[in-house]
Amino acid sequence: MSDVLAVAEHRRGELRDVSFEVITASRELADATGGDVHLAVISGDVDGFADELNLDGVDLIHTVEHGDEFNHGVYTQTLTQLVDDCGPQYVVTPHTVNGLDYAPAVAQKIDYPLVTDAIGVDTNDGLTITRELYNGKTEATVAVSSDHALVTVRPGEWPPAEGDGSATIEAFDVTIDEAAVRSTVKGFEEVGAGDVDISEADVLVSVGRGIQEEENLDIIFDLAEALDATVSASRPIVDNGWLPQDRQVGQSGKKVTPDVYLAIGISGAVQHVAGMKGADTIVAINDDPSAPIYDIADYGIVDDLFDVVPALTEQFG
Amino acid sequence: MKLLVTVSETAEADDEFEIDGLSIDDRYLTFDLNEWDNYAIEEAVQVSESNDDVEVVTVTVGPERTEETIRQGLAKGADRAIRVWDDDLADVGLLDSGTKARLIAAVAQEEEPDLILSGVQSGDMAFAATGVALAADLGYEWAAVVNELDLDAENGVAHVHRELEGGVVELTDVELPAVLTIQTGINEPRYASLRGIRQAQTKPLDVTTPDELGVTLGESALSLTSLAEPETESDVEFFEGGADDTAGKLATLLRDKGVDA
Ligand SMILES: Cc1cc2nc3c(=O)[nH]c(=O)nc-3n(C[C@H](O)[C@H](O)[C@H](O)COP(=O)(O)OP(=O)(O)OC[C@H]3O[C@@H](n4cnc5c(N)ncnc54)[C@H](O)[C@@H]3O)c2cc1C
Ligand SMILES: Nc1ncnc2c1ncn2[C@@H]1O[C@H](COP(=O)(O)O)[C@@H](O)[C@H]1O
Repeated sequence: MSDVLAVAEHRRGELRDVSFEVITASRELADATGGDVHLAVISGDVDGFADELNLDGVDLIHTVEHGDEFNHGVYTQTLTQLVDDCGPQYVVTPHTVNGLDYAPAVAQKIDYPLVTDAIGVDTNDGLTITRELYNGKTEATVAVSSDHALVTVRPGEWPPAEGDGSATIEAFDVTIDEAAVRSTVKGFEEVGAGDVDISEADVLVSVGRGIQEEENLDIIFDLAEALDATVSASRPIVDNGWLPQDRQVGQSGKKVTPDVYLAIGISGAVQHVAGMKGADTIVAINDDPSAPIYDIADYGIVDDLFDVVPALTEQFG
Repeated sequence: MKLLVTVSETAEADDEFEIDGLSIDDRYLTFDLNEWDNYAIEEAVQVSESNDDVEVVTVTVGPERTEETIRQGLAKGADRAIRVWDDDLADVGLLDSGTKARLIAAVAQEEEPDLILSGVQSGDMAFAATGVALAADLGYEWAAVVNELDLDAENGVAHVHRELEGGVVELTDVELPAVLTIQTGINEPRYASLRGIRQAQTKPLDVTTPDELGVTLGESALSLTSLAEPETESDVEFFEGGADDTAGKLATLLRDKGVDA
């Protein structure tokens, strides 16, 4: 009843980093409830994954051999049965694209309230979750009135679990109703490489929705040329078809680590920041002082980009 | 064939805003059609344009104010709309995705759509959960974060691309009836034509209540207990002054960092 069940994530034969982070978040919760940390490892090389995840803080690992890759039907059925079996107080899953594909379904089936994209947890007075609202402009705490909850945690917010563990590893005997699995993964594709590799660039001039019109991209390319830099972009620019997909920085685009990252008219949504927080120096030009990009920027100019960008280009003219 | 599109209104906070207790005052908020739902509407309208006899219905859980947003969907080509609301819902501080899913599921049970399109997430609350929760409630199949849809209505299959992290897409076949959560960039949402906007005024927009749908909502499982501007951990240094000044200071900094070949 006081236990916490974490769920690991893997893709194409490899554990994803967030698997190690859900353990830490779960340990934090279990320390408060006084329960054990259980970890579910579903599909793929479960024994190999279980060995890798047998880390300090994990008490029990349930392995479920079923297919190679993630399938939400299999995950949903397995987790529903596992929760039935071990009755955890909290279930903790990654707030990732695959997490989004099963966590809400599991929550409905086991009738646990769902709080997604947690960046902090507090258990002093029942469970309270910290999460962002209004595009990262505000931080809210959300109290859960029930004793139970399913919490999805934002990747990169908890440190990875480490240190050898001594968890018991058990194969969980699940009955998958194959007729109820009504979707089939056919394969994977990767966004093709273009002529520029933004992940290799030392200086990136990155443009976001603040640029307003496709024609206005000219001032961005002028600046990039003056700085001998490469142009990258946030998602809306690529969604609009103004720049090719290989220029997109972020969760679903590329991870970049330039010396200098100039974010121009970019708000700094979490999925964008996931791709560029590793830059050495981050400079933001954004006329909204409350834009979340300023939480991670080193330098900033709170002004109209249509004034600042041409002026900056001129400085290098 | 019938398509149901879940349409939400999102609130965007102004550059400068104040938090009053647990909310941002309406005067600092701009309400608009949720970005992801705009793509979902477009996808549904495109399906209706390329197949015979497709009806596109939208459903929104929201107060009267949301009718402006709902009309946007009608103006872009949806055939009719349903709005669910009552005073009790107005008193709930934070509508959790499970509750929204139950209400929308009740509508879907009456409408019996073959395909439901929802957005990946709402811009303001960003639970990113309502669509998949809805599928689970209805016993529909589903796929989250879809950035390509090839519908084979005859065989009752949606061939979809799910956009995973890091530029990887998953190719998946989903049996209908299903809920797909639509990702931005899947299409090019149209702007409503003047004719569309005029027509939208006369398209049916039915208002119903949880009661009428036979849904009894208990105590809300989640409640907002605080709302604040995040304390920034960064020590960002702002360049002050006019554009020429700030550009000059930034240029100096960039040269220090070795920029400018
Ligand atoms: C599953 C998923 C994956 C995603 N993956 C990615 C991803 O890989 N990469 C990505 O970028 N996003 C991604 N997103 C989208 C992300 O949530 C945001 O919607 C997106 O990053 C916003 O882009 P933006 O900052 O350019 O636009 P906005 O958020 O609209 O910000 C525009 C900014 O420009 C500023 N501005 C406007 N006019 C001016 C002006 N004249 N002068 C100066 N500033 C101005 C505004 O103040 C605002 O801050 C993903 C979302 C989801 C749900
Ligand atoms: N109040 C609502 N009414 C109708 N649909 C909604 C509502 N809230 C969310 N949705 C749908 O669910 C998607 C995901 O929202 P959320 O789970 O709140 O992030 C949105 O893109 C909408 O399609």
